[in-house]
Amino acid sequence: MNNPGTELAATERTLSRKDYQTDNDVRWCPGCGDYAILAQFHKMLAAIGARKEEHVIVSGIGCSSRFPYYVDCYGLHGIHGRAPAIATGLKVANPDLTVWVVTGDGDGLSIGASHLLHALRRNVDIKVLLFNNRIYGLTKGQFSPTSPRGLPTRSSPAGNTDDPVRPLDFAVTAGASFVARAIDTDTTRLQDIFIAAASHRGSVFVEILQNCPIFLDGVFDALRDERGRVDLVDGEPMEFAGKVLGRNERGRLESFDTGHHRALIHDVTDRDTARQLAAIDDSSGLPFPFGILYREERAAQHEAVAGKGRLDIPGMQRRLSASSRVRRQTP
Amino acid sequence: MAIAEEIPRRDETGVSVVVRFCGDSGDGVQLAGNRFTFDAVRAGNDVATFPEFPAEIRAPAGSTAGVSAFQVQFGDHRVYTHGDEADVLVAMNPAALTTNLAHLKAGGILIADTGAFGRKALAQAGYRDNPLDDFDPHRARLVGVDMTAMVLEALGGFDMKRREALKSRNFFALGVVYWMFGRGEDEMLQWIGKKFARSDTVRQANTAAFKTGMAWAETTELMAFERPVADTVAAGERTITGNEALSLGLMAAAALADLELVVGCYPITPASDILHYLSNERDNGVVAIQAEDEIAAIGMALGASYGGAIGVTATSGPGMALKSETLGLAVSLELPLVVVDVQRAGPSTGMPTRAEQADANIALAGRSGEAPVPVVAARSPADCFHAAIAAARIAVEHMTPVVLLSDAALANSAEPWSTPELADIAPIRVPRARAPAGGAKWLPYARDARLVRSWAVPGTPGLQHRIGGLEKLDGTGEISYDGANHERMTDLRERKVAVIGERLDDAIEVYGELSGRLLMVSWGGTYGAVRQAVCDARQLGHAVSHLHLRWLNPMDDSIGDIARGFDRVLVAELNRGQVLERLRARFLVDARGLSMMAGRPFGRRELHNAIVKALNS
Ligand SMILES: Cc1ncc(C[n+]2csc(CCOP(=O)(O)OP(=O)(O)O)c2C)c(N)n1
Ligand code: SF4
Ligand SMILES: [Mg+2]
Repeated sequence: MNNPGTELAATERTLSRKDYQTDNDVRWCPGCGDYAILAQFHKMLAAIGARKEEHVIVSGIGCSSRFPYYVDCYGLHGIHGRAPAIATGLKVANPDLTVWVVTGDGDGLSIGASHLLHALRRNVDIKVLLFNNRIYGLTKGQFSPTSPRGLPTRSSPAGNTDDPVRPLDFAVTAGASFVARAIDTDTTRLQDIFIAAASHRGSVFVEILQNCPIFLDGVFDALRDERGRVDLVDGEPMEFAGKVLGRNERGRLESFDTGHHRALIHDVTDRDTARQLAAIDDSSGLPFPFGILYREERAAQHEAVAGKGRLDIPGMQRRLSASSRVRRQTP
Repeated sequence: MAIAEEIPRRDETGVSVVVRFCGDSGDGVQLAGNRFTFDAVRAGNDVATFPEFPAEIRAPAGSTAGVSAFQVQFGDHRVYTHGDEADVLVAMNPAALTTNLAHLKAGGILIADTGAFGRKALAQAGYRDNPLDDFDPHRARLVGVDMTAMVLEALGGFDMKRREALKSRNFFALGVVYWMFGRGEDEMLQWIGKKFARSDTVRQANTAAFKTGMAWAETTELMAFERPVADTVAAGERTITGNEALSLGLMAAAALADLELVVGCYPITPASDILHYLSNERDNGVVAIQAEDEIAAIGMALGASYGGAIGVTATSGPGMALKSETLGLAVSLELPLVVVDVQRAGPSTGMPTRAEQADANIALAGRSGEAPVPVVAARSPADCFHAAIAAARIAVEHMTPVVLLSDAALANSAEPWSTPELADIAPIRVPRARAPAGGAKWLPYARDARLVRSWAVPGTPGLQHRIGGLEKLDGTGEISYDGANHERMTDLRERKVAVIGERLDDAIEVYGELSGRLLMVSWGGTYGAVRQAVCDARQLGHAVSHLHLRWLNPMDDSIGDIARGFDRVLVAELNRGQVLERLRARFLVDARGLSMMAGRPFGRRELHNAIVKALNS
């Protein structure tokens, strides 16, 4: 908790990243990817000159969902999976706020998948940051809906029998109007995406690959290598490790040598390509795309449902009288 | 706590009549019933209605599954129920007759469309012979009239198909009934003119059918009803159903608090109409969202409250079960929230259109952990307006979720309604947080004398804070796993709800003396039937009083003392004794229960018999 007196004064000057930290001890395990994400979030707030009172972080339950306690803005640590619904109500009631949702792969794609789907499709103006560590962290290591098939965990000793969900594919298909991916260690890209997300009007979905050194250490190591990833830049070819992503004659994505005529130029407004990029998974044999996959402008939900002309007491009295217009006969 | 020791007024008994319309769902009996009721109120009667819809949306025409009925009791005195049995039954086809004849009292009047009793229709209703032939005159006086033929003849000059023309039969029936009860023709014709302004043919057809019905009644010298109902009560300007009154009450509460109203709902019978009504009020500042499920609906409502609005969600039993976890979060966050449960018969899907009061337990205790929530129950359709304001007032002024209980009968039944004067209702005070003077720290869980924390709405500079469902340290709201603190917070949350009782002047209502032979106890929608039965018993000279509970939590301390003033205490509820058990446990009184699980409200006679039995035991 900050001292409101000093804080008001503080908003007059430019705030630094440290000003957005809270006094709470951060309780993630040493080496957890969440630290890096938090640091970039603080930095983003400073970079955009955020007024603390205008930002709210709503979260569910999980290691990742502790996030609001560590950022000095408004915050609500809710219940498992329901943050998108709570954030929706908050945004329609208070449209001037910038509303962030922090969720995990279990929180957002298992128990709360339905709420996430509907918030994205309604284009609720909330910015969903899904920390994907491909495991249940807080409950100590059960498989999650993004865990690799075959993964032995405490609840799948013989190996996970389920196929994983592809979070970006889910988001594009659901109808998110901003879809991006970053990884905890890639601080620059994380920063860029956060800044772009902050100013987007509509439903933002950012998958942040986050290492859990305790229960699934190194699961993203292959993606830290330049051969495992392609960094998307709008208007540029999708180059990686001397190769480029293109579309083969069957319309599928394939890697080609740089300069090949089938190479694709990244266009963030192209939903069909975004869908194909979002579908790349462990079994595709293609590099994982990072950066902003898709972005579109369309009316946000709170604009569509906003009430007009709230009634004061005399107004409500008139409303009541109107519904009783037919008067009793005077005998 | 004020106890209203109301002494029965004389106008509790007088003349009243029960009319029941029944027919196929396509026959327009709901419209006929509503119209007849409306003009009864306009003429100055008190009324209580009870619509019964077919269980299936599109049952085959003429089948018993497709029968729709509407019952109204109107009188020259206070009318509390729709009546046990009908004095007049209007049956539009054989299926309606076979399913509704039991509702007609012995010696009553049966008006039937003889033209609708053809061979096929009789067979569909399971009749081998036409029941109207040799109708037993001791059972009822049959007024048979070939509405079908007369309507077709009257509309012969119109460019209409037979099927279309027959849709005006309900207006013929209304014409007959209007004549019987001496209701004026002008209002009806005016109304038809307005209601069907868009179609000349339909307007003229309904007008002609209505006039033909009236003329037929007059020329056949059909008796005017022998017990005329004086037009003396002036009970209201119009009628209103529980769901409409509840919706208006929520809007009025928002105006009284000067807050936005945000409603999150997932459709469910019999609560959906609240979503429908409020969806129509966008131009009056209401935000109504149809959520993806009941969990999202309450989540949105809670999020809206966090954002500084009055968050409301309305549902019925199955949805109530889904909202439990979020309701617990609201208890922990200490934010305002109104959860409306329009109870229906359960468990599970149960009987969606039928009334029951079996959600008292889930409302009072259906959460994990110790999670006290104030619970208020509406007692009549028009009272839903005031109950909604009461729920929102306590939610906002005490920063707590509140459950508002209604039921399927209140939701769809109507009673007279006069425009309430909002100036007579106290504004709702909003406990807004302010940055403390002198640079002191604002604490999210600091409390005032009534243990209410203050509401710091996101967007307010300087009051940034974090809240959540983890246990918090008393005062600061920081996360705390300290056992002693948890004990203290549990105690605070409990006392915070308990102290609300000190300010409720409507927690209970006593009718009759504070001691006697029998105390009848009701809560919620059983109010009317119990009051009527108590009036009846008192007319017969029995020392019976009526205690009605408006708030199930907090429960008023005086209840035990009052109950101990009576030889017997009988708690009437449409469940297996949920509130009864609480009263016994809390006040250690030997109360007994009167339970009914028939999917409908208590009847006057059932209660009367129970009272007599209790007095004789
Ligand atoms: C209703 C409910 N069910 C189960 C839990 C237990 N639970 C807490 S967090 C969690 C999974 C979290 O996994 P994830 O969302 O991936 O977050 P992480 O801890 O990995 O960041 C579970 C099952 C709960 N808190 N509430
Ligand atoms: S369990 Fe894993 S995800 Fe959770 S805090 Fe520890 S390292 Fe991070
Ligand atoms: Mg996880």
